[in-house]
Order: sequence, then structure tokens, then C-alpha cells
Amino acid sequence: MAIARDIQVGAQPRERLQSKRTASLLRLIPVYIAVVFGAIIFAIPFYWMIRTAVMPTWQIYVFPPDWIPAEIKLDNFLIPFKIFPFGTWFLNTIFVSTAATLGATASSACVGFSFARLRFPFRDTLFVIVLATMMLPQQVRLVPTYLLFSKLGWVNTWLPLIVPQCLAPAFFVFMLRQFFMSIPVEIDEAAFIDGCSPLTLFWRIHLPLSIPALGVVAIFEFRGMWGDFMNPLIYIRKVKLFTLALGLKLFQGNMTVRMQGLMAASLMSILPLIIMFFIAQRSFIQGIVISGVKG
Amino acid sequence: MASIPSTRTRSLRPATREAIYGYAMASPWLLGFAVFTVFPMVAALVLSFFRIDFLTETQFIGLSWWDSVFSDRIVRKAFYNTGVYVVAVVPLNTVLALMIAVLLNQGIAGQSIWRTIYYLPSVVSGVAVSLLWQWLYHPEVGLINSMLYRIGIQGPRWIYSEEWAMPAVVIMTLWGAGAAMLIYLAGLRDIPTSLYEAAEIDGAGPVRRFFRITLPMLSPTIFFNVIMNIIAAWQVFTQAFVMTDGGPNNATLTMVLHIYRTAFENFYFGYASAQAWHCLLSLWFSY
Repeated sequence: MAIARDIQVGAQPRERLQSKRTASLLRLIPVYIAVVFGAIIFAIPFYWMIRTAVMPTWQIYVFPPDWIPAEIKLDNFLIPFKIFPFGTWFLNTIFVSTAATLGATASSACVGFSFARLRFPFRDTLFVIVLATMMLPQQVRLVPTYLLFSKLGWVNTWLPLIVPQCLAPAFFVFMLRQFFMSIPVEIDEAAFIDGCSPLTLFWRIHLPLSIPALGVVAIFEFRGMWGDFMNPLIYIRKVKLFTLALGLKLFQGNMTVRMQGLMAASLMSILPLIIMFFIAQRSFIQGIVISGVKG
Repeated sequence: MASIPSTRTRSLRPATREAIYGYAMASPWLLGFAVFTVFPMVAALVLSFFRIDFLTETQFIGLSWWDSVFSDRIVRKAFYNTGVYVVAVVPLNTVLALMIAVLLNQGIAGQSIWRTIYYLPSVVSGVAVSLLWQWLYHPEVGLINSMLYRIGIQGPRWIYSEEWAMPAVVIMTLWGAGAAMLIYLAGLRDIPTSLYEAAEIDGAGPVRRFFRITLPMLSPTIFFNVIMNIIAAWQVFTQAFVMTDGGPNNATLTMVLHIYRTAFENFYFGYASAQAWHCLLSLWFSY
């Protein structure tokens, strides 16, 4: 009797469930269509870049343009190296970006820790100023900073690119301060009881705990420096010292006839960033979220 | 904070000791702030009253440059172009990012793949992207016009036409909507589903739910992002310099591009400083 009752009662909810499932599936179909359509639109430029980069010369300016290259000419990727010191530019960019990243991460960690954990007069006012600086556009600083570096004789070196980053960019100070504040105060107190100085506290305890956050800062800084164009444009004159961004621009002037070389060069210059993204995807996304949602 | 036991510096009070450490560890920022923020801002203001180019004699000319900033047709064009760019990009970017985020949040399969595809364009930036789009916008064999051709539309000359150049730059910028999308997606995840369920029980349809629940819950995030976007958009430079070189006929001349030219191609450092301050003030003013 109990079983019969169950069977009877069970029939109705299952029907309802079935129709609900179909309903939600139907509801999702337009969503899927929109998402796929949008994804294709967003992805196509990348495909076009790759397709142009591997195409033989005669096919590039064919009209209407072909989507599939007639043959894959991988030695198009050698063109940038033959015409310009592309390899040197690559190494330059790696060096500048890495140096700036190390400097920015270290200094922001230091400063962020100080704002989060140490007490000193005017600390909170200063932090408000840090936040305000985050919102400052860069144009106003452009000319005087250039003149300053010019007086220092740093023009045509990489110092103007690296040094300002080593002085704790406001955005990272903000990010890391928020992070350090999330570490329980009890840890600090325990450390002080054991006779720790703030510096040791920072170095031995907070820093190791904050490696994920530091990773986010590092990724953001590296990515920003890699693609930075205006600063190298202003400060670097010698072609051998160019970064990839500047080099590509130089390419543009010379290479509009050989678009495959230009696209190959562009592709090679963004590839490290893409690879880095895929490796550190979680950190990337975490960083974006922290920076945007926290606001 | 628990008092800091000290062995060597017993003469200093713990609070003072902590303050010294505080300032010491904050010193990179303090130094950077003084040298790279305060000094340049003040210096730029001062420079804007001088005719200075390091080739001829430096002259004090008072408000002369400021007068030019408001009367110079090209500076005004740059101001107008930048304004158009900001007004176009920020809302469109926000709406697009929100739309994609909402779509991706519907519980579809393969979400991380879609998320990656939408986000990837914003990972790369700068010159490479500008060059790519310059090629995409090629009036004859570019991707965009050839696709339009296939559906029977004669595409415009995009970056080679005065009226379409700025829209072209705007569209290119929208390709990077993935960054904002990611932020909104995370924000959407934070909205408790119980709110939606309660609304559904009360008979609210999806549109109503969006405007009455989703948007209000997201609004702090949206607000913050819009502000950061405005500030970033105000400084647009690379696309204008690389893809269109400010043209054609200054149609895509942006303020930063013009400042750059004034300073580094024409050596009017004073004039450039005045323009820069004007740019800054107009940004602040729009609040």
C-alpha cells in the first residue's frame, strides 16, 4: 500500500521536473546562440592575425580575401629578425618588464604593509592621497618628468621606464594593503611578543603569506610594462634599446608592403602575454576581480 | 598593537619606534609621490606660464598659452575628439561587458572557455592590437569590409575617412570589453540566488529581476569601474598614434596625442604643460 501510494504521488513531481528541465533548456538556447556568436566575433581578429602571418606574399592582398592560407609559410616569422634587431627588442622588453615588476612588487609590498599594519602620524590621510593618486591621469606629469630625466641624463636609457615603477605604484599599494589587512592581527601580536621588529614581521611572516597577492601584482605590472608604448617612445632613441612596442611601430613604417611580416611580428610580441595568461589564469582573473569588485 | 619590546633602542618609546618603521617602509611611495606626482604637477603649472623649448631663450608669457588653449582650433578639436571617445566608449563598454557577463552567468556549459575567449583580447594591448586593427580596417582587403561586402554592403573607408575614423577607434576599444566583463561576472556571482528566487515567487519576470535586483546589487562595482574607465579613456594615446596618427585631418587627434606632439615634436614644453593642465581640469570639472 505504501509503495502504491509512493508511485502515485511520485508521478506528478517528475512530470513537473521534466517540463521544467525542458523549459530551462529551451530558455538556454538563445543564450547559447548569443554566447557562441559573440565568441566568434571576439575570436576572429586573432584568427585573422594568425592567418595573415602565415600567408604567402601573393595571397595577402587578394580580393576578396581568402580565409584559408594557400600554404603555411612559417618562415614569415623570420622576417622581423632579418630586417630589425627583433631578438634584441624581445630581450630588452623582457629585461625592462622583469626589472619593473620586481621593483614594483617589492616596493608596493613594503608600502602596503606599512599602511596596513604600522601606525604613524597622518597615515590615514596619506592613504587617502594614495587613493587619489590612483585616479590621476598621467598627462600632467609627462613634460616635467621628461625634463627631470633629461636633466639627470637618463634619456635614452631604460631608467625612466623602470625607476618610477620601483617607487610603489599607488594601485598596487592599495591592493596589497587591503590584502595585508586581511591577515589576522593575532599573528602580529604573537610575533611581537617573541621580540620581532616590524621589518622581520614583514619579511618572515606577512610576505610568505601574501605570495598569491604578490603574484597578482607581478602579473599586472608585467603585462602593463610589456605593452607600454608612450614611455619608451618618449625616452628611447637608440634602436638597439627599443622595446617591442616601439620596435613594432618602427616596423609599421617600413613594412606595410609586407603585411605578413608585420602580423608575424605582432603575433610574436603578444604571444608571451597570452602564454603567461594561460599559465597564471587564476591569478589574472583574481586580480581583475579584486581590482574591480572591491571598489 | 601590543607593545614592541626593544633591546637596543630602549630609549625610544614604542610608538615612536613604530612610526619610524612606518615612515621608513612607506618611503618608496612617499619619495615617488613627491618626485613623480607633486613635483611634476606643480612644475607643469609653472611651465605653462613660460615659453620654453631649450633651444631659444626662456620667456615668461603669463597666461598666453592658456589663452591659446581655449582659442586654438586644434586643441579644441583634440578636446572634442577625446570627449566623444569617452562618451562613446565608457557606456558602450559597460553595457557590452554587462550583457556578456549576464549571458555567461546563465549556467551554460563550458563557461571557462567562453570566459577565456571574451577576456583574451583585453590581455593583449598596445601597439600590436592597433596594428592588427589597422589591418582589419583596410578598406579593400580588410576583414571587416570584406565581410560587409559578402552581405552586400559597401563598407566605409574606416580609418581613412574622417567620419568613420573615431567610430573605428571606439569599436577597436570595445574588443577589450572582456576585462570589465570579468569583473561584472564575479559581481554577479556574489548576488545571492535567494533574492532571485524570492522575486520569481512574487511573479517578477527576468527583465524586472534584472533591473530591480541585478543592477542595484552591482551598482557599486559598476560605478567604480565606470570612473576608472573614464579616467583611462581620457588618456587614450596609443591607438590614435599608431592606428590613425591622429588623422585623417585630426579626426582622431586626442588630447594626450596633441600634448605629445606639442612637447616632443614641436618642443613647446610650456604650451604642452598648459594643455595637460587643461586636460586635467576638464576631467575634474566633469565630476
